Amino acid sequence: MSTLAPPPAETSTHSELDAVRAKFPAGSILPQEGLDQPTWIVSRDVLAAVAKELKENSATKFDMMLDLCGVDFPDREERFEAVYHLYSLPRAARLRLKVPLREDDAVIPSLIPVWKAADWFEREIYDMFGVKVDGHPNLRRILCHEAFQGHPLRKDYDPARRWILTEDKIYKPHFNLPEGQDDMFERMTINIGPSHPAMHGTFRLMAVLDGETIVASDVEIGYLHRCFEKMSETHTWQHVIPYTDRLNYCSAFINNVGYCKTVEKLLGVEVPPKAVWARTILSEFSRIMDHCVCNGTTLVDAGALTNFWYLFQPREEIYGLLESVCGSRLTVSACRIGGLIQDLPPDFEARSRKLLEIIPPFVEDTEKLVNKNRIWLDRSVGIAAISGEDAVNWGWTGPCLRASGVPYDVRKAHPYDLYDTLDWEVPVLFGGDVYDRFRIRMMEIRESLKIIKQLLDRGMPEGPWIVDDPHVALPPKEACYNEMEAMIYHFKLIMDGIRVPEGEIYNMVEGANGELGFYTISDGTGKPYRNHCRAPCFPIFSTFPSLINGGSLSDSIVSLGGLNIIAGELER
Amino acid sequence: MSQPLTQTAQASQTATTAPPPGRPMLREPYPTEVRPYKPGLAERLYLPLLGGMMVTLRHFMRNLFGRNKMYTIEYPEKRREYSHRFRGHHILTTRPDGSVRCVACYLCAQNCPAECIHIEAAEHPDVNIEKYPVVYEIDMLRCIFCGYCVDACPEEAIIMSNNYDMAYFTREQSIVGKSDLMKPYTFDESRLGYRPLFPEEDVKRAKMRRDAFNLVDAARQAQDREAAKVAAGH
Repeated sequence: MSTLAPPPAETSTHSELDAVRAKFPAGSILPQEGLDQPTWIVSRDVLAAVAKELKENSATKFDMMLDLCGVDFPDREERFEAVYHLYSLPRAARLRLKVPLREDDAVIPSLIPVWKAADWFEREIYDMFGVKVDGHPNLRRILCHEAFQGHPLRKDYDPARRWILTEDKIYKPHFNLPEGQDDMFERMTINIGPSHPAMHGTFRLMAVLDGETIVASDVEIGYLHRCFEKMSETHTWQHVIPYTDRLNYCSAFINNVGYCKTVEKLLGVEVPPKAVWARTILSEFSRIMDHCVCNGTTLVDAGALTNFWYLFQPREEIYGLLESVCGSRLTVSACRIGGLIQDLPPDFEARSRKLLEIIPPFVEDTEKLVNKNRIWLDRSVGIAAISGEDAVNWGWTGPCLRASGVPYDVRKAHPYDLYDTLDWEVPVLFGGDVYDRFRIRMMEIRESLKIIKQLLDRGMPEGPWIVDDPHVALPPKEACYNEMEAMIYHFKLIMDGIRVPEGEIYNMVEGANGELGFYTISDGTGKPYRNHCRAPCFPIFSTFPSLINGGSLSDSIVSLGGLNIIAGELER
Repeated sequence: MSQPLTQTAQASQTATTAPPPGRPMLREPYPTEVRPYKPGLAERLYLPLLGGMMVTLRHFMRNLFGRNKMYTIEYPEKRREYSHRFRGHHILTTRPDGSVRCVACYLCAQNCPAECIHIEAAEHPDVNIEKYPVVYEIDMLRCIFCGYCVDACPEEAIIMSNNYDMAYFTREQSIVGKSDLMKPYTFDESRLGYRPLFPEEDVKRAKMRRDAFNLVDAARQAQDREAAKVAAGH
């Protein structure tokens, strides 16, 4: 059966990894074979040294820590597993480190000295699994409330358990005040959010002000935490798709694609060309939409309201196209595992072509209004600037990283769908500030339009819109009404869900904010054993306090808008 | 200023393991300092603002003299037009005699990610139908309008309309029962919504929608034809 084929295994040899492994005592690093990317099982004692070596060795150069998540195996003696995903930008290579931990001794060393991105990820694994982190400066819960008890992603935690959360254990800000400046007499601590119009969602920002300058700041997140990962474990593979809509709700379609592609790879399913074609087009339209929302609201934060109307009009039109495909505007759920929700409407190409004409005038108008406007330049140039090196260290991806001069784009570095057959560029700017983040999004809108135009010129491929395999996709309704066999498949799929073969996979797409990855483990039943989402916002927002320190309070609002932090994705 | 930062894999012989050819590589080191945009003299003198003024003036004139082309929709007098795939308020379809088509198989409740469908089944007097729902409730505040119930239904008993204005004064009202879901307005052809997984084009789909309400009649006619054929054979 084609659907039961194992995922493509990584077969090539990695001499540079073997060289690093030889430097450490035998038995402390065990390579795991047969997975989608090179994987090491690393003993906790050498983890910090291994991480340092992997980053600094000129042959490996793993300069980015993409992700850290935990996995719980209650039956094993070493119950927890901390899973690190590392990425080497110059080599475009990936490595997964697994650190097995006993329940009574669940401590990992902090990797903040190696990668700053580790900060919030380590807090998350502490929050979700109770794994302690040795040497972490601020090891507290991050997504759950301080008064929450237990660790929700442990397998023995009941998903239906409820807690009454009171205010007596409220989050106390953790300020890194500079030495000798901890005299709070002349300073004022100000709180913005979580429900504040400038916060674009539910974030809480606490800042120590000296006059109008921010001396130290801290953020609290978790107000929109919806237990995406825990809920994934209680639902079938298909049922996770509506949950993914709500990750980055400005570009819900890309999340659908990211999740479905992960499961399809695990299943070994070949998606029909028509579905791939439509997914690429709609992903790019979603990216345009997301960039429009981000840039429009950023300008509103700086006081330029007109652009908001100009940039939201293309978004409305794109929502109309998405609605004609799948029946919903915002939370589209337009993908199914193996293809699309249903066939494309007959006027899909005509509508898309019309959109290609509608969008550019609005983008041009916005650029005419603000691109060389000194009022906007004064508010954005040099604000919240970060260099490429720091951004990589903090684990940034996506437009924000490209605005700092590092042209990493998943669509170019690890092409999927049709991106490697198209002619387009990765725009790069070197300012690293709010202005360049704004400009790079405008440039990316143009690149996306270029991609869509080429795909439309190619024409819609003929054929089905979903894979013709009753183990994966529901049989056509006609067959379901008239044929016994199709009826049985229909019942089995809905009652038991898709049987995904055992395995694990990390698969990524380029989301509107950066690398959107899903690390998924299947144990062969109808439900995911573990489904972790690597949200691009998460490492970006962890940088936020250090970005705004030293700037003025009003600039912090503009820089928050420029980072495009989406609470749904950040807190999952 | 903006020298290309990408180079192809062939050009970089220094890397020990070159990735597949053609893949763009990132050149190290990354920029350690930022090079922000430097405004020119005209920008410092606020001159480009005039261009911006022209843009807003153009929009203003267009809106003033072409009011019917404005993008604002004056809801509720005017409504946005949705496609025939819109996932709105649910409809329980009926048989020609007006009874509910649902056979209480619980597939929709099983397939609902939000767990908002509540069904209580009872025995149907007709042995060919076996079961029917005594209670069929959808909690519209829990419902996420994903259309999974429609996907799951093997009887075409639940479909969606494009009715999206649902407002309730209390939470109790939001739990919509069988009679509300079978309201006759839903039989208006123009208000039907999501009914997926038919491989036909939309014109034919519209016809099938009409036929769906007569499926039982069609089945009876087919049965009669079969019987007539058998009789003719004898």
